[in-house]
Amino acid sequence: MSIVNIKINERTYQVNEDLSILEAARLMQVKIPTLCSHPDLSQSAACGLCVVKLKGTSKMIRACATPVEEGMEITTHDAELFEIRKTVLELILSNHPNSCLTCQRNQECELQRLAAEFGIREESFEKKLRDKPADTSTTSLILDPVKCIGCGRCVEVCQKVQNVFALEFIGRGFKMRIAPAGNITLNESPCIKCGQCSAHCPVGAIVEKDETAAVWTGLRNEKLYPVVQIAPATRVALGEAFGLETGTLVTGKMYALLRRLGFKAVFDTSFGADLTIMEEASELVDLLKNHPDHLPLITSCCPSWVDYLEKFYPDLIEHFSTAKSPHEMLGVMAKTYFAEKQGLKAQDIFMTSIMPCTSKKYEITRTDEMFASGVQDIDVVLTTRELARMTKASGIDFLSLPDEDADNILGEYTGAGVIFGATGGVMEAALRTAYYFITGEKLANIDVQPVRGLTGIKRAEIDIKGQKVKTAVAHGIGNVHVLMEEIREARRSGKPMPYHFIEVMACYGGCISGGGQPYWVNNEVRKKRTAGVYQDDKNHKLRMSHENPFIQKLYGTYLGKPLGEKSKKLLHTDYKPRPLYYK
Amino acid sequence: MNRYIFLSEPGNRSSDLFFYIQKALAEKGLDKKIGLVRTQNVGFYSSMPVMRVIPDDIVYKDLTHENINRIIEEHFIHKKPVTQLLHKVASPYVRLENRNEYYKQFRIVLRNMGCIDPENIRDYIKRDGYRGLEKILKNKMTPDDVIDELKISGLRGRGGAGFPTWKKWKLTQEVPGDEKYVICNADEGDPGAYMDRSTLEGDPHSILEGMTIAGFAVGSRQGYIYIRAEYPLAIKRLEIAISQARELGLLGPNILGTDFSFDIELRWGAGAFVCGEETALIASIEGNRGMPRPRPPYPSVKGLWDKPSVINNVETYANVPVILDKGGSWFAKIGTETSKGTKVFALTGKTKNSGLIEVPMGMTLREIIFDIGGGIKDNKKIKAVQTGGPSGGVIPESYLDTPVSYESLQKLGSIMGSGGMIVMDEDDCMVDVSKYYLQFAVDESCGKCSPCRIGGKQLYDLLEKISKGSAVDQDLDRIKRIGQAMLKASLCGLGQNTPNPVLSTLKYFPEEYDEHIRMKKCRTGKCKDLVTYLIDPDKCIGCSLCALRCPVKAITGEKKKPYFIHQDMCIKCGECYNVCKFSAVKRD
Repeated sequence: MSIVNIKINERTYQVNEDLSILEAARLMQVKIPTLCSHPDLSQSAACGLCVVKLKGTSKMIRACATPVEEGMEITTHDAELFEIRKTVLELILSNHPNSCLTCQRNQECELQRLAAEFGIREESFEKKLRDKPADTSTTSLILDPVKCIGCGRCVEVCQKVQNVFALEFIGRGFKMRIAPAGNITLNESPCIKCGQCSAHCPVGAIVEKDETAAVWTGLRNEKLYPVVQIAPATRVALGEAFGLETGTLVTGKMYALLRRLGFKAVFDTSFGADLTIMEEASELVDLLKNHPDHLPLITSCCPSWVDYLEKFYPDLIEHFSTAKSPHEMLGVMAKTYFAEKQGLKAQDIFMTSIMPCTSKKYEITRTDEMFASGVQDIDVVLTTRELARMTKASGIDFLSLPDEDADNILGEYTGAGVIFGATGGVMEAALRTAYYFITGEKLANIDVQPVRGLTGIKRAEIDIKGQKVKTAVAHGIGNVHVLMEEIREARRSGKPMPYHFIEVMACYGGCISGGGQPYWVNNEVRKKRTAGVYQDDKNHKLRMSHENPFIQKLYGTYLGKPLGEKSKKLLHTDYKPRPLYYK
Repeated sequence: MNRYIFLSEPGNRSSDLFFYIQKALAEKGLDKKIGLVRTQNVGFYSSMPVMRVIPDDIVYKDLTHENINRIIEEHFIHKKPVTQLLHKVASPYVRLENRNEYYKQFRIVLRNMGCIDPENIRDYIKRDGYRGLEKILKNKMTPDDVIDELKISGLRGRGGAGFPTWKKWKLTQEVPGDEKYVICNADEGDPGAYMDRSTLEGDPHSILEGMTIAGFAVGSRQGYIYIRAEYPLAIKRLEIAISQARELGLLGPNILGTDFSFDIELRWGAGAFVCGEETALIASIEGNRGMPRPRPPYPSVKGLWDKPSVINNVETYANVPVILDKGGSWFAKIGTETSKGTKVFALTGKTKNSGLIEVPMGMTLREIIFDIGGGIKDNKKIKAVQTGGPSGGVIPESYLDTPVSYESLQKLGSIMGSGGMIVMDEDDCMVDVSKYYLQFAVDESCGKCSPCRIGGKQLYDLLEKISKGSAVDQDLDRIKRIGQAMLKASLCGLGQNTPNPVLSTLKYFPEEYDEHIRMKKCRTGKCKDLVTYLIDPDKCIGCSLCALRCPVKAITGEKKKPYFIHQDMCIKCGECYNVCKFSAVKRD
């Protein structure tokens, strides 16, 4: 990488040559407006707002898609550029409804923000809106073509990052819209509900299905006993919605908040994660010891990954861990174990999950096993974004809340439980416990560094007393095909399996940048949130799931042993091949 | 055989005419001496069918059976041309060697049009075909020699923007690696333009040879022709040409016995206009949705399947073999300082003659329209000429003495484009013309970038308002604002040039817009909402002709008494106005 000299607005800078003009300007605190460019994605150059002037050419060029070159002299702001950008912005506004007051993205919308910055005071051009109904077919997401500004970020992330191809540009010219190809709904498409489209959408065209009203209703119902759980990744992100530094741990404040909202018991999904590790590590140990020919074991905590495998790799279903995801385990424990202790019936409990994820909304009715308590184990899933909105609506001053503790026993977790929030966390937590299960000893260095970090595929070999356990971690579902094809090839050719244990998370970075997390995610944000998760791990004295005394108590008094009869009944699920297209 | 008749007809099947001539020749015992060949058009659709007699270079029109008998009798037996049946404009076949000043046209691209059987490679070879390629390979020229020759020639891309061809090739040649592609853009789609189709149908080998030379120059082994599926005859002829070239070792492995290998395949386009844009075209060949992507990287460096790719259009490739055969300096003598060679135009609209023409760069628009096109039909006055298709602009009569070159047309707010040239007379309404082109561009926008997707639609609707008489003064400012934004902020050439027709008419004919907006009037009657047809009872003699011609029976009356138009039924077609011999029908 070499350094080039460029001039931005007559001032000379030295920047890396692999930057675009937009990125270089941003480093120099020069803000060029854009609605389609996103650091996660390749540049589609669709919106037309980032045009700048380059000395020596009469045309304006797009700052987002033009790399810097030695000697470039760039003008980013002048009267003419302002006029052109304002016209383009007004054109976009003429194709976008003025429903800001009732929009889910109100005050978090990039278009609204730009309109305010440009001082748009009148509508110069006649309103011309798309006349298409919203797609409400999934339980996770709502796609409203009327609000879509056609920037293409969702298509980019769905196709190039996630490799799902649920979304596509349909039609030409003014009739162009973004939807699944072939006149079908999202639910009939390969969509895995990961919600990365909603996390990248600059406006309110594709959003999580808002369930806050259902939670309010549950909280008002006096016959119900409302309980709640919070996922590991939410505690490092919710604070952002209230102005805290990215990645700040707000676990204690969240517990306090939820009590004030009216929940009678506050649990932590990280406890469910510890429980998941007990089951999943036991599965791994069983396979390693007794059925090495059935390896690899593949994690199944991520419902989008489950959906993806069922649709794209149904032939590999037998490798899936049958252990439920942490929040489903916690849900069923709340409605069985906890209910019994409180003298309640399962149907008396109203269980809300606070998740970083849109896909969890889909997971709660995925199969019959999600009703293991006799009723639906999780009643409502809220994303972190929805909880932030609910908090603001409740009038609670989040920042002045005290730190409180969760209710035991379903609220006490170890460091292993919380690192589920970052990519590699499930793998690391499982290895810590599997090592103990196999050797009876504690892993010397329990920070398994090779499985951490933002590299798309991470491969590592762990020595468990002479037995080499080969592991791989993939995140960002577009990366997973590499590993799956390696497994298919090994199965076809009869060669030894390249891996014993594989972790997959559908979202790049893991749950900390899940589809339901606060907006404006980039790699800096990912790193800070990840750091928060590992900080929480370090803060815990107990950092291995099997050490959790409440987990031991739960098995001792209620469940029996991992993979035992009761555990199998309540904590495991199954999978089936699903068609890519339902039409 | 000492003479050939090349018969050019519309359509693709041998007609009665063909068999009649065959029979007539046989009856006179001439069938052994005179060969009869069906061929592609000679450039003038309006007077098809025509026949060209080679080597006499004479073109006959009005081919009735009677006239054919006369031609055979007088031309072939008595050796005297039938002057009454000569096609005045097409007749002079202009040789490459001897440019005929008198007849204006000068053919390089269309050199073989109507003179060869396009399904027979030997016809092409007889007329110096594949000599350019042979020269390169036999004389052991290097790729650099070839590119230098192009540089000397000054050839610029004929697809619209006029980028120097040698520079494009050089960029691709300089990228290391041996997987490179040569692509021919045959996705011609401008309304009223058929230059590329005619070249492909009439002289397919010239494209194959040009592409092969490009392959040699840039170090590619594979070429693709991206051609619209709506051109079945061109596809068929190309397929025949490719297989014949392969048979003779002019395509495929080890061309002409050297170690240079190159082959060509066809890729069909589904008729999206935007796929003529090079990055959208590449996306389409790759099997993706045809949408432009930002440049850089340019296709010359990162193109098809991310490999360096040369993309030129049909006309550009057709020039290449001649440049290599005759030398770059020969080519550079033709044309202007910055625009060398010739340009093919599809001359259409209100001129007396219309069809494909090829003229040296630097000829004025007036010469083209009046000397070749024969002037305006029905003694009407010329108002303007539109060049460059939906991406081009309208040039008013006052600028007709402008010599044609890339720069001069651009200066006037139009572009050379691929070569559409539509002549308009006083009956054409400039608002209506802009609306027509805008409708096309709006329909064909891919919808990717917001300036084009929304701006185009807004522009069209504003013009619609003007043509309906409901526009206000501020709408003109809106048009100018949107036009500027599209010009500057659209992603590809399609969007950037979409406002050209409306901006140029607004510039040169502001008074017409003014009339529409302020006086709610359209002087030509094309904007039907602004026109009323009335019968002047003082002038009407009650002949009933208008009532008979009215397609919706909106005119009633008694014979020999003034007739009357029922306004609620009138569809404003203007038929009554056109047929009235007493000027009794008034247009208001």
